Amino acid sequence: MTTPVPASAPAQGPTLLDAVRLRRQEAVTSGLSRRRRLLAVAVALVLFLLAWELFKWLGGDPWRLHGTVAGIQIDYEHVPPFQFALASDLALPHIWSILGAFPAPYQRFGDPTWLVLVGAATYTFKEAFVGFVIGAGLGLLLGIFFVRYRILEQAFSPYVVASQAVPLITIAPIIVIFFGNAWTSVSLIAAYLTFFPVTVAAMRGLRSADPRAFELFRSVAATDRQVLTKLQLPASVPYLFAGFRIAAAAAVVGAIIGELPNGLPDGVGGQILQASQYYVTGPERLWASIVVAAALGLVAVGLVWLAERLVTRGRYRSAEV
Amino acid sequence: MSEPVVEVLKASKTFGAGEGALAALQEIDLTIRAGEFVSLIGPSGCGKSTLLRLIGDLTPASTGEVRLNGKPAAQARRAREYGIVFQAPVLMEWRTVQRNVELPLEISGVARAERTERATAMLRLVELSDFAAKYPWQLSGGMQQRVAIARALAMDPALLLMDEPFGALDEMTRERLNLELMDIWRRTHTTVVFVTHSIPEAVFLSSRVAVMSARPGRITRLIDVDLPQPREAATRNEERYFELVTAVREALHQGGADEATAAAEGLGTGASTGEGEEDAAARIRAEGYA
Repeated sequence: MTTPVPASAPAQGPTLLDAVRLRRQEAVTSGLSRRRRLLAVAVALVLFLLAWELFKWLGGDPWRLHGTVAGIQIDYEHVPPFQFALASDLALPHIWSILGAFPAPYQRFGDPTWLVLVGAATYTFKEAFVGFVIGAGLGLLLGIFFVRYRILEQAFSPYVVASQAVPLITIAPIIVIFFGNAWTSVSLIAAYLTFFPVTVAAMRGLRSADPRAFELFRSVAATDRQVLTKLQLPASVPYLFAGFRIAAAAAVVGAIIGELPNGLPDGVGGQILQASQYYVTGPERLWASIVVAAALGLVAVGLVWLAERLVTRGRYRSAEV
Repeated sequence: MSEPVVEVLKASKTFGAGEGALAALQEIDLTIRAGEFVSLIGPSGCGKSTLLRLIGDLTPASTGEVRLNGKPAAQARRAREYGIVFQAPVLMEWRTVQRNVELPLEISGVARAERTERATAMLRLVELSDFAAKYPWQLSGGMQQRVAIARALAMDPALLLMDEPFGALDEMTRERLNLELMDIWRRTHTTVVFVTHSIPEAVFLSSRVAVMSARPGRITRLIDVDLPQPREAATRNEERYFELVTAVREALHQGGADEATAAAEGLGTGASTGEGEEDAAARIRAEGYA
């Protein structure tokens, strides 16, 4: 059963909410449709990889494939009919070259590259996680204060929006100057990128309850704190998780970018920086780092999704962004 | 005569100020005594929901006075002396049925054991004991509304305010819930103020029907419903029931005629003063909750 959700009256003046619209959806996903979704994701990946190689087949460097894969001898040579600058092996390595970079030793006689990259990803994940916790906490607090005191929202929301309009790349060095060359600085940079979607989601969620629910709480003389903890916060859970999902990806991006001005070599950002400096001698290593960065983002969003499942256990309808 | 539970003394309610001000209620006088079941009936925009909200101190009167159990309405609300049921069940979707009924008790700081005991008793009263562990979405609309009634009665209030509680339900469910409500009313001896726009429902349930008209909202007639108690399904076949339905209908149309005259004389504002969803939302924001 759904209770009718009343259309909220137009807010006075511009609010943060105008920036992003959250859409409520029934999230009753049956096993069958989940399998179909996984299949769709897999098909999309295969199509993407095929398009990548087709592009190279049409306009890349000559293909010279010789070797054995799973016991089958492969001898394939092909001269592409066109020459696209973007399709060269330097700009766009073959998929198998990128995959081949993972087992290759990172340094001569050293650990394989994948092990180094997983280590870097773990380091970056720590930074992103701490940044996410700080940012999400701050974002939630801001949301609560903005909803509780409209004057605060009106006073600060232009600055909050402006903070997101300033390129992170210009903020990051300042944070490093303030807080030193340490992973904690990187976490603060990640937090800077994390809080905004959470604030927006919290504001929408805290206002999402039926107006009559507020009257019900008033009728039993609930305190402001009880309205917050027993009505507004529980009602905002689906909205908060929608915000957390965006924030989790943003925290990973923030952590990677944050590592650049720091010159911290230990994380994915450091790896990307290093690989881009040696790009000409090994383009596939940069691409491998990018794959790891993307995977890290997916892991972060997946963990939020998992947390949401554990918290809501099918009780809530979910808010999708 | 029994004690007055609700006393509305020359209460008016105006929304807004200046040119755009809307007189939702004008100088309402109404006394409701213990054990009465009073329906407020009238066209949309007659302020019947607003009057209910004045009684519950969910919105303050512009002028005049509202007293509950001899106390100012605000004081009575803070003492949690009434329960309220809305048109929608307004259940917390993250709470089980049991915990929804416990909510007012929890807010009042009632100890856990007593909370459980009272909620269990209330669920038994509305015959939903088997659904205590379910979540609201697992229940039908009629069942959800019964949970809302159980929640409103959980504090054992002397007064129950109901704002078109069965308005969103189909006719069959509505008639069944009317019978159940009569049963609950008899057993709990609660005084009820019931807003509706259904004439048969008002007549069937009430001991008195207050007929209201719009622009400005006022009570035009108070009709005593002298149908025998207990009211049962057969009550709806009695001749007296049909007579009263006709009487209420005529009183409503009489009010409408007044309104038409007022409009013809240029007194009507033309705008609806109904307590729609948006009004409710705006008011609640204005009061600083959201």
